[in-house]
Amino acid sequence: MVSKDDITITGSCRITGNSAFLNGEPYFSSAEKEAFPVFMKALYKKVGPGYPKFYKMDPLTKLGFISAELLLTDNARTGLYPEQSRGIVLMNASASADVDRSFQKTIEDKEDYYPSPGLFVYTLPNIMAGEIAIRHKLKGENTVFILPTFSMEFLTDYVDLLFETQKVTCCLAGWVEVDDKDYDSLLLILEKGGKKKENAYKLPFTKDVLENLYKPD
Amino acid sequence: MRRVFAVADNVITSLGFSTEANIAALRSGECGIRLNNDPSLTISPVPLSLVNSDNLDNAFSALAEPKGFTRFEKLFFLSASRALGSVHFNWKGKDTIHILATTKGNIDLLERKNMGKYSRERQYIRDSSARAKDFFGFYHMPVVVSNACISGVLALNVARLLIQHGKYRHAVVTGADILSGFVIAGFHSFQTLSPGPCKPFDESRDGLTLGEGASTVVLTSDPELKGNKKRIALPGGASSNDANHISGPSRTGEGLVHAITRTMNEGDITASEVDFLSAHGTATAYNDEMESKAFSECRLERVPANSFKGYIGHTLGASGIIESVYSMESIRQGMLFKTLGYEKHGVSKSLNVIRENKHTEIHRVLKTASGFGGCNAAMILSDTC
Repeated sequence: MVSKDDITITGSCRITGNSAFLNGEPYFSSAEKEAFPVFMKALYKKVGPGYPKFYKMDPLTKLGFISAELLLTDNARTGLYPEQSRGIVLMNASASADVDRSFQKTIEDKEDYYPSPGLFVYTLPNIMAGEIAIRHKLKGENTVFILPTFSMEFLTDYVDLLFETQKVTCCLAGWVEVDDKDYDSLLLILEKGGKKKENAYKLPFTKDVLENLYKPD
Repeated sequence: MRRVFAVADNVITSLGFSTEANIAALRSGECGIRLNNDPSLTISPVPLSLVNSDNLDNAFSALAEPKGFTRFEKLFFLSASRALGSVHFNWKGKDTIHILATTKGNIDLLERKNMGKYSRERQYIRDSSARAKDFFGFYHMPVVVSNACISGVLALNVARLLIQHGKYRHAVVTGADILSGFVIAGFHSFQTLSPGPCKPFDESRDGLTLGEGASTVVLTSDPELKGNKKRIALPGGASSNDANHISGPSRTGEGLVHAITRTMNEGDITASEVDFLSAHGTATAYNDEMESKAFSECRLERVPANSFKGYIGHTLGASGIIESVYSMESIRQGMLFKTLGYEKHGVSKSLNVIRENKHTEIHRVLKTASGFGGCNAAMILSDTC
């Protein structure tokens, strides 16, 4: 039983191994041999947000953006809460290392020197949070943590306190990681109780539930 | 709810390797920014605030042989070590968390000249925090906050929240960033670098100056734990997002207004009770204008305000912690520091920008920061212990 004061997961999106799962159910997958950018493009077309800025984003931001898009297109839960108290808390292991290497290539040679602001800006992992914030008007607390592995304990501890102190009334939270060919994400919609209408998908926000949602199939 | 206090600190910048050396330089109006033409950093001359590498190695050699460490690790570990050296508690215990605020960590290891010298893993920020865990013997894996230019203020807010609610008893919060070809080229491509030392809130301001440094604050809820300085309380803090643009501040300042409003509500203080406003003040045209609108909206226009960027440049992920320590010293020493580079008021709203150093009683400080990704953060520092 979930009481109305408990923090609940009212949506989950897991993307790994060329497959996307929405609320635990398979949503989309493509052949495993397909590279990440090809898979991302196919997933983007399936979700269909019509948001051309997507193509300018770095791979990390694309993964976070599409996860949020999938969750909130399915069920616009964050729209039920005031913009200023919609939070976003993300965590990963590699920060923006993937796009850092891309930007480094543009400045390595004096003869072939072409740094661009459009690429440089993505060399901050919180730009991913910023792009999601713009798209879904999440104007509250926003934090990006870096840890060697997905620390579900720290994430639940911190997000619990954001709710407890009423800094947020709803929150997108999770793990969004990209490094070279490897990528891996679990993004959640969190609410207190699950406001207004009954939502079919409702899980307690605990370390054990997160472990279950994150485990490989 | 437990009350949270800062009990020890350190600052390392171009102005010196201790908080005391930094404050002495601020008192005498010393500027740490110099024109730099080092080809490994820049393709054209640019003013920078750099920490002297030989002095860094000399200071670091008291801890370990400098050769085994990168420039970033040396700054980071030296700052944390010096802060920990001025207060007695068991930081290796389960009740201590270490938080690192940085935007780029060991970013210079991506350069071709450093290829093969270090393991690939060392390029990652997570490697620096794992090394800190071993170096200091922390019980928990350190947590990194990487939120562009608000990282420092945000890391202090995160630590405060965790201690306030009893998740940990103590926190060691370090902010560190180095300057490298990567960061300088990036800001250069944005055309936001000033040709001379930056001039926050000035009419002729023409961009920011980059700086590097590290700073550490030890926070605790233990009423018995005392360092060698007057304790400073952290009663409130908040962050917000403009949800407007990833690389430009909001035109209205709405996001910063929300961060400040929620911070003052949490800290239970009003605008008239703020004695000093430590602004972000990068000296770009848009940032300073945005801040002036937000401060005016929050009725802070009469509060003495400054930006420390004219002394040490914009130290990125470290800036929020360095400037918070400077602000704590403002409270302890009863001293308002002038805004170096500010001559003629150059933002649309009226602000009380400090022109000359002034001795006065300071009880409460509001510290703010804003950054790429549309993020804003604010916090209160108070002498009411």
